[in-house]
Amino acid sequence: MNPKSVNRIATTVINSLVGVVVALLVLLISYILVTGLPHMSLDFLLSPSQSYQAGGGIRDQLFNSIYLVILTLIISFPIALGAGIYLAEYAPKNWIVDVIRTLIEVLSSLPSVVVGLFAYLVFVIKFQVGFSIISGAVALTIFNLPLLTRNIEDSIKSVPDFQMQGALALGLSKWTTIIKIIFPSAIPGIITGIILSSGRIFGEAAALIYTSGQSAPVLNYANWNPFSPDSFLNPMRPAETLAVHIWKVNSEGITPDANAISSGASAVLILVIILFNFFAHWIGKKLYKKFTVGEVK
Amino acid sequence: MQKYDLSKSYVKEVNSNIALETDQLSVFYGKKQATYDISLKIPKHSITALIGASGSGKSTYLRSLNRMNENGNTNVKGKIIYEGIDINSSKVNVYEVRKHIGMVFQEPNPFAKSIRGNITFALKNHGIKDKKVLEERVVSSLKQAAIWDEVKDHLDDSAMSLSGGQKQRLCIARAIAMQPDILLLDEPTSALDPVSTGKIEETLRELKKNYTIIIVTHNIQQASRVSDYTAFMHSGHLLEYNDTNSIFNNPEMQITNDYISGHFG
Ligand SMILES: Nc1ncnc2c1ncn2[C@@H]1O[C@H](COP(=O)(O)OP(=O)(O)OP(=O)(O)O)[C@@H](O)[C@H]1O
Ligand SMILES: [Mg+2]
Repeated sequence: MNPKSVNRIATTVINSLVGVVVALLVLLISYILVTGLPHMSLDFLLSPSQSYQAGGGIRDQLFNSIYLVILTLIISFPIALGAGIYLAEYAPKNWIVDVIRTLIEVLSSLPSVVVGLFAYLVFVIKFQVGFSIISGAVALTIFNLPLLTRNIEDSIKSVPDFQMQGALALGLSKWTTIIKIIFPSAIPGIITGIILSSGRIFGEAAALIYTSGQSAPVLNYANWNPFSPDSFLNPMRPAETLAVHIWKVNSEGITPDANAISSGASAVLILVIILFNFFAHWIGKKLYKKFTVGEVK
Repeated sequence: MQKYDLSKSYVKEVNSNIALETDQLSVFYGKKQATYDISLKIPKHSITALIGASGSGKSTYLRSLNRMNENGNTNVKGKIIYEGIDINSSKVNVYEVRKHIGMVFQEPNPFAKSIRGNITFALKNHGIKDKKVLEERVVSSLKQAAIWDEVKDHLDDSAMSLSGGQKQRLCIARAIAMQPDILLLDEPTSALDPVSTGKIEETLRELKKNYTIIIVTHNIQQASRVSDYTAFMHSGHLLEYNDTNSIFNNPEMQITNDYISGHFG
């Protein structure tokens, strides 16, 4: 075969594979949106859920999902940032570090049920934290950390080494260079990692059933005191998330409109993830701009 | 290829003011030795070219001069004497050394910042806060690097949007904004077209009035065009060091003659 036809065949194969992936994606998303959107209304978004009657909404679950993502990121991002920077720039090349890297990979592929049970036994039972957002956030941190760490390490490593050389040659310290030159250049990659891990947190149910729990106590959105039990900001309260709600309504829901609720909630979940994506990219762009170009006016 | 005797060399004693001197400088990458006892005196306010085949240790030697060879298992033995002190001692603050001995790399490597930000970034980190001083350094360094006219109207644009030759001149400006004594350049024009190369050579000739310049180059014509002194290296050994005229018209060593006339390497 001549190179031309080899090339043509390869391109065709690749294109059709991409086509299959895109078709699947479009099919899935449009199915969820088409079945879900008719049930989505302002009322659905803004009213609390019902256990027995029809007409319940998803207000608290929606908020819980977003709050959980934010809390998890607040806990895991700084740790992952430190670990990622260490692995990318400071870790010596030896077997201990290799073992650490392998362990991180193993950790990231642990089944979420296992991580959920672990967090349940340690935090909910042993430390008597109880079903709470914070227990859920810790459980999610356990498998979020490896992904984020790996992603930050890779993003930092992908910044060309000559940037570092250039800064060192100007008499700057390695740390200053990492924080002010390397990290800003790595922001776009890191944002992608945050989006990927947030998507996973939004969609996680198994690990949360035993940690943040399956109940959504009525919240007072006017109470900004995080220590008060009915405050929406209280991290110690149990908090059913959207994904857990969908699972629960589908498996043991006894409301007459269980089907409508789960379809609607699924559509909302997808939309939230998409919105979150845009939002994160937007923030990332702003940050990248701020750190890289034209900071001295 | 002909066998050469690496133990014989010709190193001319220079009598002018000396900016930098190395005494028996040997660099090891782990167990592998990359340069062998290089002793060289670099005269002030002049351009010294380092030439030699690929892998002969030019970059290794150059990078040792401002102690950029300090990572992992690299080991630099010998003395580097600058202003009467051995700066290759662990007691000497490397960051301070690099403020006095600047470096420009083969690959243009501006930061992902504005053109102005590239110049001011290091200065600010070294504690220069006065806006007027910063602005003055920006203007004077860009002028000295012969890029001012091309960028003066868009100093706040990203340096990444410059052409390769402009980026390299910006990197030179960034280095001289630190007001170093000595400027080390490692093949600064190898990625550039003849026009940009010409501009940078022009810049170097202008700069040598105030700076001592050491330039590594693969381009033998470039060495003969811009430099006052030339050092020829081979397999980690310094084999000939002389004023550029003598090296190119009347080399002392057979191997130097073969190299500059293109008979090997
Ligand atoms: N970081 C390193 N680790 C190990 N060996 C190295 C390293 N850098 C260079 N060397 C080795 O040291 C020797 C000298 O390399 P160096 O880069 O100094 O040569 P050079 O004269 O600059 O070559 P070129 O003209 O190709 O840039 C080579 O044999 C090279 O393989
Ligand atoms: Mg080199």
